[in-house]
Amino acid sequence: MIDETSGDKSVAMPWPGHEPRGGAALANWLITAGVLALFVWSYYGSDIRLDELFSREGGGQILFYIRKLFPPDLSAATLQQALRGAVETFAISFLGTLLAFAIGLSIVFFASRNLMYSGLLYEMEPSEWWRRAFRMVPYLTAKSLLNILRTIPEIVWALIFVFIVGLGPFPGTLALGFHTGGVLGKLFGEVLDDVDYQPIESLQSTGASRLQILFYGIAPQVLPQFISYTLYRWEVNIRVAAVLGFVGAGGLGQRIQIAISLFLELSAYLRRKAI
Amino acid sequence: MKSPARPYFNNSQKSVFPYLFGVVFLLALVDSWRRVGVDLPLLFERQGRENLFKFATGMFPPEHSAQFLSLMLRPSLETIQISVVGTLIAIAIGFPFGILATRNFSVGGILNEADTSGAPARYALRLSIYFASRGLLSLFRAIPEFVWAFMFVRAVGLGPFPGVLAIGIAYGGMLGKVYSEIFEAVNPRPLEALQSTGANKLQIFFYGWLPQVLPNFVSYTLYRWECAVRASAVLGLVGAGGLGQQIEISMRMFNFNEVLTILIILFAMVAAVDILSSKVRAVL
Repeated sequence: MIDETSGDKSVAMPWPGHEPRGGAALANWLITAGVLALFVWSYYGSDIRLDELFSREGGGQILFYIRKLFPPDLSAATLQQALRGAVETFAISFLGTLLAFAIGLSIVFFASRNLMYSGLLYEMEPSEWWRRAFRMVPYLTAKSLLNILRTIPEIVWALIFVFIVGLGPFPGTLALGFHTGGVLGKLFGEVLDDVDYQPIESLQSTGASRLQILFYGIAPQVLPQFISYTLYRWEVNIRVAAVLGFVGAGGLGQRIQIAISLFLELSAYLRRKAI
Repeated sequence: MKSPARPYFNNSQKSVFPYLFGVVFLLALVDSWRRVGVDLPLLFERQGRENLFKFATGMFPPEHSAQFLSLMLRPSLETIQISVVGTLIAIAIGFPFGILATRNFSVGGILNEADTSGAPARYALRLSIYFASRGLLSLFRAIPEFVWAFMFVRAVGLGPFPGVLAIGIAYGGMLGKVYSEIFEAVNPRPLEALQSTGANKLQIFFYGWLPQVLPNFVSYTLYRWECAVRASAVLGLVGAGGLGQQIEISMRMFNFNEVLTILIILFAMVAAVDILSSKVRAVL
């Protein structure tokens, strides 16, 4: 063992993984106990009934389900409907992502500290507190707007918009756009914070105004990344759009829901008959 | 010739691609617009305006009576519990199948060279196990957790249990895929060194593989847990317990102030989980 108090590690470096732990051991035990307690508490709280799942009845029901999945329904009518649903899902995700891009792009510049009140662009400005506070207002507003947009899940947005404009793919599009707008705003903001300062400095040294710096120094750097993030979110949104139908917002989800519900009604009816 | 000084403004290479892309984009836009039935006036017409107004004014002030808050305590905790157990099940599914779906563990690579070099039947067997587990994992994650929950609610009844199963299976598929990607990326040298000392496969796994991948595993699993908290809050909308069920009920009853309260609770919970897991990840 090495002497911990001396702090001289050059004498005897411990083997990796065998460093003296000291008081950390107790903390580790406490954390482990806490995590285990969390597991047990969650297990009992979430009403797990594994025995029921694997019981005769539960297992039989699942088998019945699986048997009913085959063969897949390939009739022309179903395929046509599925195709329509798929195209609708695509349309929802496409327009939703475009809307999100518009929302994210229009908010993010206000939500960037470097553009709004601090950093290179504002170094030369006299630092009067009211000037800074005045600039903070749009910054904080934009920031919290993005947070709100992002925190509310797509499905909840969909519920809200279904209430406002009625059923159909339109509320789904709006829901996707609002939530994804918040997400993209955050991602765009990270890109803006990482921007390379050299071109901006050189622009500033030529006497460019802030707007000119934004257009010629910052936008060319960030736009490609903005677009690549947007495409990535589009991918995510195609999946989400397929699900939004469950709350009545169009697309494939609605058809899946209808199909499962019909099937279950039917199977329940048949089972009642059998009994 | 390209002039090196102005790479961005080089018009010498005329390509048809941007025009093609523009046309496709516009067509997609027009078609989607029509198909989705975008009806912007709907938002501002009398009906839409009234609904919007009703919604916005109905939200304030958020419901904060002690009775409602204590009523929300149980579903909030339930949301956390669903996410924890769901993630545990996801690990239980993702870990073994992730290992089987790792090519250089179950089929090829230095671990299996000696076994399979002269035995095509054994190689084929391993390959089929590998493909079967990959297929299973992608089936699990191709079906969204929402659809899983919808099916399980029908199979095992309302409550948190179907939510747990849905998260467990959908996230099991995702975790399995990411685990296998992490596995594939290990540095083979320690494995070779272990093998040359005569360690068997299990020993190589525990002493060569696991120490390399564990930090990545834990941090990705924690990230998924964060997602699971959000997901379990939403799964309630199809009857799988947690806060979502309350959102749906309040929404149906047009009690928007309750909706706002639930959203605030959700926000606080997600933020707390984010902070907790980023703290843990910082330690790793």
